[in-house]
Amino acid sequence: MNKARHNPLNSAAAHGALILYTLIALFPVFVIIINSFKTRKAIFAEPLTPPVGDAFSLIGYQTVMKQGDFFLYFQNSFIVTVVSLFFILLFGAMAAFALSEYRFRGNTLMGLYLALGIMIPIRIGTVAILELMVQTGLINTLLALILVYTAQGLPLAVFILSEFMRQVSDDLKNAGRIDGMSEYAIFFKLVLPLVRPAMATVAVFNMIPIWNDLWFPLILAPGESTKTLTLGSQVFIGQFVTDWNAVLSALSLAILPVLVLYVIFSRQLIRGITSGAVK
Amino acid sequence: MAEVAIRGVRKSYGGHEVVHGVDIEIADGQFLVLVGPSGCGKSTLLRMVAGLEAISGGTISIGEKVVNNLPPAERDIAMVFQNYALYPHKTVAANMGFALKMARMDKTEIEARVKKAAAILGLEPYLDRFPRALSGGQRQRVAMGRAIVREPKVFLFDEPLSNLDAKLRVQMRSEIRELHQRLGTTTIYVTHDQIEAMTMADKIVVMRDGHIAQVGAPLDLYDRPANVFVAGFIGSPAMNLLKGRLAREGDDWRVDVGAGPLPLGAMEGLEEGREVIYGIRPEHLIRSGQGIPARVAVVEPTGSETHLVARLGAEGAGGQEVIAVFRERHAFKPGEEVRLMPEPAHVHLFDAASGERI
Repeated sequence: MNKARHNPLNSAAAHGALILYTLIALFPVFVIIINSFKTRKAIFAEPLTPPVGDAFSLIGYQTVMKQGDFFLYFQNSFIVTVVSLFFILLFGAMAAFALSEYRFRGNTLMGLYLALGIMIPIRIGTVAILELMVQTGLINTLLALILVYTAQGLPLAVFILSEFMRQVSDDLKNAGRIDGMSEYAIFFKLVLPLVRPAMATVAVFNMIPIWNDLWFPLILAPGESTKTLTLGSQVFIGQFVTDWNAVLSALSLAILPVLVLYVIFSRQLIRGITSGAVK
Repeated sequence: MAEVAIRGVRKSYGGHEVVHGVDIEIADGQFLVLVGPSGCGKSTLLRMVAGLEAISGGTISIGEKVVNNLPPAERDIAMVFQNYALYPHKTVAANMGFALKMARMDKTEIEARVKKAAAILGLEPYLDRFPRALSGGQRQRVAMGRAIVREPKVFLFDEPLSNLDAKLRVQMRSEIRELHQRLGTTTIYVTHDQIEAMTMADKIVVMRDGHIAQVGAPLDLYDRPANVFVAGFIGSPAMNLLKGRLAREGDDWRVDVGAGPLPLGAMEGLEEGREVIYGIRPEHLIRSGQGIPARVAVVEPTGSETHLVARLGAEGAGGQEVIAVFRERHAFKPGEEVRLMPEPAHVHLFDAASGERI
């Protein structure tokens, strides 16, 4: 095992495979970004060349900035994603703590019920959700999206987090109780820091689909003031003519915030793993 | 400091009772060890004293106060756990001072107490480290430090040495004992290791299946076990427990164990033919020409002593196995015949049916 790990040939092969995979995964992103800086003609003539010389153009970005209120879309997407993630993590972790820590009648049943949502796509309930939102007057509000995404993310969050919380030592929680911590303090100050890697995983799993979602913004919040970035970018995609410069520019811009969020969470992830490894 | 009284305490999970009405009185400053095989209810009992488990019946009082319904933090106890249970994201000093911080104690007072405890335990160089940067023994010391700083009425230890290696365990054993002599705090210590119990306790409670098997000072338990369970549990190597039948030879009683009659001391109130268990500790079997024959099975030299495992009776007779311990060195060979003689003064006789001492 040890020998294999230090074998330079094996090491090179492993790195080669990983680098290859990285290239394949990043290639579409790369293409989107270089083409967003090109003229329409250059995009179609030579999609794989870098944006230099005549091909370079900022027309896409200019269109994006002029058309609609893109900063507002950004803000909407950001608010919806961050707030949904916050609620998913908060309520998911609390439910997971209750399920893993306390013995009560119907504990297993409750766990199964909460996990059931993993198997049933929330979109099946779109019509009912739409009726509900209309009746409660939440149509065209960001709150409608936040509520739906929180509901959508909770099952998986509860499932993953309760597994992790079961691994937190009982003695540690009991030590906290003897030291006079309340159950809330034990949850927030002892257990949450220890399951941080799991929290980061849940956050990453939920973040991307929420950020990229087109379905619910289109149905629940299509108004100008509540449009998300994904929905906002759709104006450039027409039935007959698509403004590729603008679409690619909008997509390039849309990658940035999610990248920042990912970096934040993945750092937590690594920190969590290393602090957990050395018990 | 305080005495602890456990009166008629029961614990059941659902309809299943695991602790069946236990009574223990612990004097102020006493070091009490709860010992027994795993699943005997000793840890559950300790956790009830700590307040981590609800009490299904009976009362527990610390000092004069019944604590049944008090949360752990208000019972004035401190507990040391098997896997240390240090807060991984706090430094050693913060770990030790945490309970005091939760109790809103003055900062300078906390610092002073942490320093004092660190000095007692030799932890001063490590106060700024995190638990992950400490060795097992050091972590155990921090866990003890966390208990000491609270200056509680009672210390509770839940198998604190099980995670340490053999050498460190012996060292920590005497450290805990020394600490107790220095602080004089009432202590309840749970272990499954009878050697730990023997070496550390003022008073031992042997538990079995949720009942108390015997309570007493370590040597009392060793010298006069109340039943077969305690006889077999306390002492290493374990006491020889031979099944036999009482027989009379003139005025003397004998126990026939199949391979021959074994002598008894002066005894009264016995009836002939009664099924009994004849207990003799390995060190009370001596080599003697008048002893009963046995075949050597295994010889285990430990250096200071020689352990001899032998089968009573002639070769191939399939007699009961006995262990004898000799201080002097003998050159035994497997299969060889030895004659072993119990010292009648050290014989323990138990009823075969009830297992109680006769």
